[in-house]
Amino acid sequence: MSNILVYTEKTELALELIEAARILCRAGLGDEIKWLSINNRAQAEESAQRGIDSWVVKAEGITIADTAALASIIAQASRVLECDTIVLSSDRRGKELAGRLAAKLDAGCLTDVKALESAGQDIGLVRNALGGATVAVQTITSPQKVIAFAPGAFPCTEEVPEKSGAVNELEITGVKASVKVIENRPKDAGTVDIAKARILVIVGQGIEDKEDLPLVQELAGKLGAEIGCSKPVATDKKWLPEERVVGLSGKTCQPELAVILGVSGQVQFTVGIRDAKLVVSVNKDENAYMNQMADYVLVSDLKEVLPELLQALG
Amino acid sequence: MNIVVAMKQIPDLQQVRIKNRKPILDDVPLTFGNIDRNALEAAVLIKEQVGGSVTVVAAGKEGLEDTVKEALAAGADQAYLIICNEQEDIESSISAKLLAEAIKQLGSVDLVLFGEGSGDNYSSQVGSRVAELLDLPQVGYVERIELTAGELVVTRSLEDGKEVVQVALPAVLTVVTDLNQPRIPSVTQILKAGRKPKKVMSDQELLGAVPTPKVKTLSNLAPEIKRKQIQVGTAVELVEKLQAEGFLGRA
Ligand SMILES: Cc1cc2nc3c(=O)[nH]c(=O)nc-3n(C[C@H](O)[C@H](O)[C@H](O)COP(=O)(O)OP(=O)(O)OC[C@H]3O[C@@H](n4cnc5c(N)ncnc54)[C@H](O)[C@@H]3O)c2cc1C
Ligand SMILES: Nc1ncnc2c1ncn2[C@@H]1O[C@H](COP(=O)(O)O)[C@@H](O)[C@H]1O
Repeated sequence: MSNILVYTEKTELALELIEAARILCRAGLGDEIKWLSINNRAQAEESAQRGIDSWVVKAEGITIADTAALASIIAQASRVLECDTIVLSSDRRGKELAGRLAAKLDAGCLTDVKALESAGQDIGLVRNALGGATVAVQTITSPQKVIAFAPGAFPCTEEVPEKSGAVNELEITGVKASVKVIENRPKDAGTVDIAKARILVIVGQGIEDKEDLPLVQELAGKLGAEIGCSKPVATDKKWLPEERVVGLSGKTCQPELAVILGVSGQVQFTVGIRDAKLVVSVNKDENAYMNQMADYVLVSDLKEVLPELLQALG
Repeated sequence: MNIVVAMKQIPDLQQVRIKNRKPILDDVPLTFGNIDRNALEAAVLIKEQVGGSVTVVAAGKEGLEDTVKEALAAGADQAYLIICNEQEDIESSISAKLLAEAIKQLGSVDLVLFGEGSGDNYSSQVGSRVAELLDLPQVGYVERIELTAGELVVTRSLEDGKEVVQVALPAVLTVVTDLNQPRIPSVTQILKAGRKPKKVMSDQELLGAVPTPKVKTLSNLAPEIKRKQIQVGTAVELVEKLQAEGFLGRA
């Protein structure tokens, strides 16, 4: 008998993990899903509404920034609750936790898993490899498994009115704090999530002058689009905030339309946009790799194209 | 301050070509991951500030002795290399055991730095695994490091904000690329790099028995993407196409 333990401090991601865990159960990796919540009773109530039993650990003096302490708590909980497979979310905190927990449990671990597919007897975990150039299907062969799922890869599980899960308490002792949080600087609320945009206009380094950004904004307005960017536009030039970066170290987007302005199309970028339905690339270089990944290609200088596009859109 | 930096040898990803959906890695030069260079730069900056030594540890295949010259030229004092002979990529749990064992052998270490993710596998687990195997506290995704007596104050960059965290030394950090701008070594530094001390071991020599991998790769192929690749001549033509595709409201 083995079960699947689900943990993330973010409730909305935990609801996605439940769906992933259900598929793992069907594939024979576990009998029951158990939800672990650390210092957060409200989260456990959420799980109860989805018919999932939860265990709340009260860990005094332990913050979610303390990866070593969290890994100790989860490892102990997994033993008490007889869970061989632990499911986490592949956001930054989750990935950091995944490695530590896996080493503690001597488990095989995969992060950034974006899909599950059947692979004969096994369940294949699908993730990007080679910096995003390829997609690998892998299995974890050790009895203990730690799997971190990419945020957004699975839908949130629905509430089930007919069955309510039990909220239990779990005592874990002997965990010491290893770091101290001095300050938290949350990002401004109201920031957009480009991963959810239906239409995206993406700024690459081919937009050479910052003065042209308002034109891009106008274009986005006319198309009803959100603005995304390549990494150097955010991290080197700092023209746009990092949460708008598309790609391997940014967001993976599936818009219906992506209008890509002056992006060369290196794989770390294209991995974030290859699931778009329709891709437009504007680039002055005919041979830009981005053009091979596009449905419509306009080879032209953006300095001229931007005003022309705005005019053509009326 | 004795600082260890873990750097992974990877194929130069810009030069990987795809043929029949398979990545072609033959003849692709080997190099270090970009983020690992940020980790090295951070170590060298700290050493320049407070003194001490910077040791690069790396587990990889043949070619590693050559690749490590890049790191020695960019400011590392010495290298500890573990050469593995398997054909397959080294699985994360094994890399972590090898690196942790090598670091233990180095004796007193104050700070161990990793990239936030390796350039090829990008799974962000090896640093955390090593922290656990060495029983050290860790902080991940660090974009700023401040050193005070026996302690670090680091700023980590997370999806929803920044977090400033205090951690006692010795500790493990994983860093993000915003941390710094890695230096480009001069010709003399590159020439001198060949003479810096290197310890080279095989995986078996280091661990005795090398554990079996815990992950199996069933397939690894480039995704099939079919795009129309239609060239349009003007902005007006592009807008017409978008209209025909049903965007911009139906005419
Ligand atoms: C581990 C790792 C992770 C990474 N993660 C990401 C990521 O998440 N997202 C990301 O974007 N990158 C990422 N990168 C960086 C990536 O490799 C590229 O460097 C980056 O995508 C390049 O951005 P760009 O295309 O905007 O700039 P460039 O490569 O400089 O391309 C600019 C393009 O604009 C065109 N151009 C120039 N001027 C004009 C003009 N006037 N009119 C029209 N076209 C013009 C040029 O022909 C060129 O094709 C990562 C790299 C690494 C190593
Ligand atoms: N074989 C290796 N040799 C040296 N360092 C490594 C190795 N594998 C991973 N690392 C380090 O661990 C970090 C995270 O790697 P990964 O878990 O593969 O994303 C890298 O940025 C490197 O600093």
